[in-house]
Amino acid sequence: MGSVKHGVYFWQGSVACAEAAILAGCRFFAGYPITPATEIAEHLSKRLPQVGGVAIQMEDEIASIGAVIGASWAGAKAMTATSGPGFSLMQESIGYAFMTETPCVIVDVQRVGPSTGQATKCAQGDVMQSRWGTHGDYSAIVLSPNSVQEMFDLTIRAFNLAEKYRTPVVLLSDEVVAHMREKVVVPPVEKVEILSRRKPKLGERAFFGPDEVPPMPSVGEGFNVAVTGSTHDEFGIRFTADPLVHRRLVERLNGKIQNHVNEIADVEVYNIENCRVGIVAYGCTSRAVYDVVEEAEAKGVSAGYVRLKTLWPFPEEAIRKLAETASKIIVPEMNLRQIFYEVERTVGGMAKVVPVNKIGGGELITPEEILGKILEEA
Amino acid sequence: MTEAFSVKMYLRDLKLPFCPGCGAYTVMHAFLRAVYELGHRDLSEFVFCSGIGCSSWIPSPYFMADSIHTLHGRSIPVATGVKLMRPDLNVVVFGGDGDIVGIGLSHFIHAARRNLDVLVIMVNNMVYGMTGGQVAPTTPFKSKTTTTPYGSFEYPLDAVKLAVAAGANYAARWTTAHPNELKEAVKKALKLQGFRFIEVVSQCPTAFGRRVGFRNAGEMIRWFKENSITLEEAKKLSEEELAEKIVAGEFVQRHRPTLTETIYTVVKEALRNAEN
Repeated sequence: MGSVKHGVYFWQGSVACAEAAILAGCRFFAGYPITPATEIAEHLSKRLPQVGGVAIQMEDEIASIGAVIGASWAGAKAMTATSGPGFSLMQESIGYAFMTETPCVIVDVQRVGPSTGQATKCAQGDVMQSRWGTHGDYSAIVLSPNSVQEMFDLTIRAFNLAEKYRTPVVLLSDEVVAHMREKVVVPPVEKVEILSRRKPKLGERAFFGPDEVPPMPSVGEGFNVAVTGSTHDEFGIRFTADPLVHRRLVERLNGKIQNHVNEIADVEVYNIENCRVGIVAYGCTSRAVYDVVEEAEAKGVSAGYVRLKTLWPFPEEAIRKLAETASKIIVPEMNLRQIFYEVERTVGGMAKVVPVNKIGGGELITPEEILGKILEEA
Repeated sequence: MTEAFSVKMYLRDLKLPFCPGCGAYTVMHAFLRAVYELGHRDLSEFVFCSGIGCSSWIPSPYFMADSIHTLHGRSIPVATGVKLMRPDLNVVVFGGDGDIVGIGLSHFIHAARRNLDVLVIMVNNMVYGMTGGQVAPTTPFKSKTTTTPYGSFEYPLDAVKLAVAAGANYAARWTTAHPNELKEAVKKALKLQGFRFIEVVSQCPTAFGRRVGFRNAGEMIRWFKENSITLEEAKKLSEEELAEKIVAGEFVQRHRPTLTETIYTVVKEALRNAEN
């Protein structure tokens, strides 16, 4: 029994994420128990040994991401899963993974914050943290699933992007999507695109430039790789005073993501060429938009949506297209405005951007609330 | 033909960063000499993990080897991931007292408890040297540092005893006045399995020694030599008398099953059951 066999399953979101990780080639998991992400650790603790992999519960989230980074340099595809408080603890190491170009996947199953907040309740408050959580200039890749099927699909994509761009990738889920149970179609393994990091050829020495995404050796392969979170040249040697070395490194690290927004940023769109009112939504909140656009049409308002499957880098192009036709853009989210400002910035006054926000208790934004706002603005 | 020992056999051609008189030179030399005497002519079977602090620069990037210079305090977690995915490699952690038993203390205890197969060499200079000499968890009581200008009002931590209590397979303490004993301890530790810990009490003439009355590195090393006692001698002393001494020697050597053994026992059985 290796990776899950193709077929149709009825799974919890967390299970779909864990099974997808194994299919993507993940063989190392380190984590720390935290609601509502614990199920991912539990499932991988059972499943990873069955495929020869290792799952270990560490002493805290800092140790968990540290072990994941070590495992990645030992050649493994590796991940961790957590929620807000643990995600906060991991931020320094996420910056280290970015700076050292260490592929890894971090799942954040969002709950109500700040602080301990409401541990069992759903929220979307970590959107900006997933983008700006660590210090310094960096770029994040953050994916946002809105169904159990997408917990599966986007986990595989998260590993692929991490390996392709040699960077940490965050799967920003939420309590509802991670805990709900739905149908999942698992395709035959040969139909699934699985990417792995580019390895250096014998004798190569530049693992941190000048290529946009340099080849990555593992430890124990004879490359004498020097890994450091300090500013370093393409050979991994520290340069802590030279402005040019720093600019060259950090501009490349950001560029390798920002120059590929078109490939990384993924959205689902509906009727954006013709709508009067647009919706921009993501994660659990976006599940309401399918009904809402139909009901709006029935009431004579042409509505469309951009559903963000990638939050970062921000899918600006799709939002701009939406703003070309829609005069109003509704942004529902379970926080006190986060993606809202990003939409407002992107449309640059081309459309009126209207927030719909709800926090606390895990109460979802209902289709009626979004519809009400559409009719009010139409 | 046997190549004569030279540290250069194992180093990149880079200028070392340590201050004149720093104990890191002694530790680096003793470690590489031990590696040489064990028959390694390069470091290809090793991976080095270190954190932030002066002694974290011993392996990285100076050793011609795979080295991961991690965040402050996080070398042991990173070493955990490396060792679990590459059990065949010798994973060695270098760090200072602030790195290993200050900010990284919890990882140290848990790695010893798990009996993680790594050798941790902690260079204890009793101070945060790289940041200019602030009080550390290992600073002797009443010592003046830049953040305890009236003398430290805290008691120092005994990292070796802690490693023993937490379950390490090997724990020893030596000082930079004992380079040969240190080298022998490294050789022994490298031949053992599980969590192995060597504390090296070391001088920081720049950021500590001159503030507590030592004029140079030599005076500090002499002080280490004169104040080091064996475990046997330590048994006869009161707690107050011991506070002035450095207890040097081997505190434990045992053969508890290691994390690699216990974890892969589980993995192999799960794999076999899954395949049947």
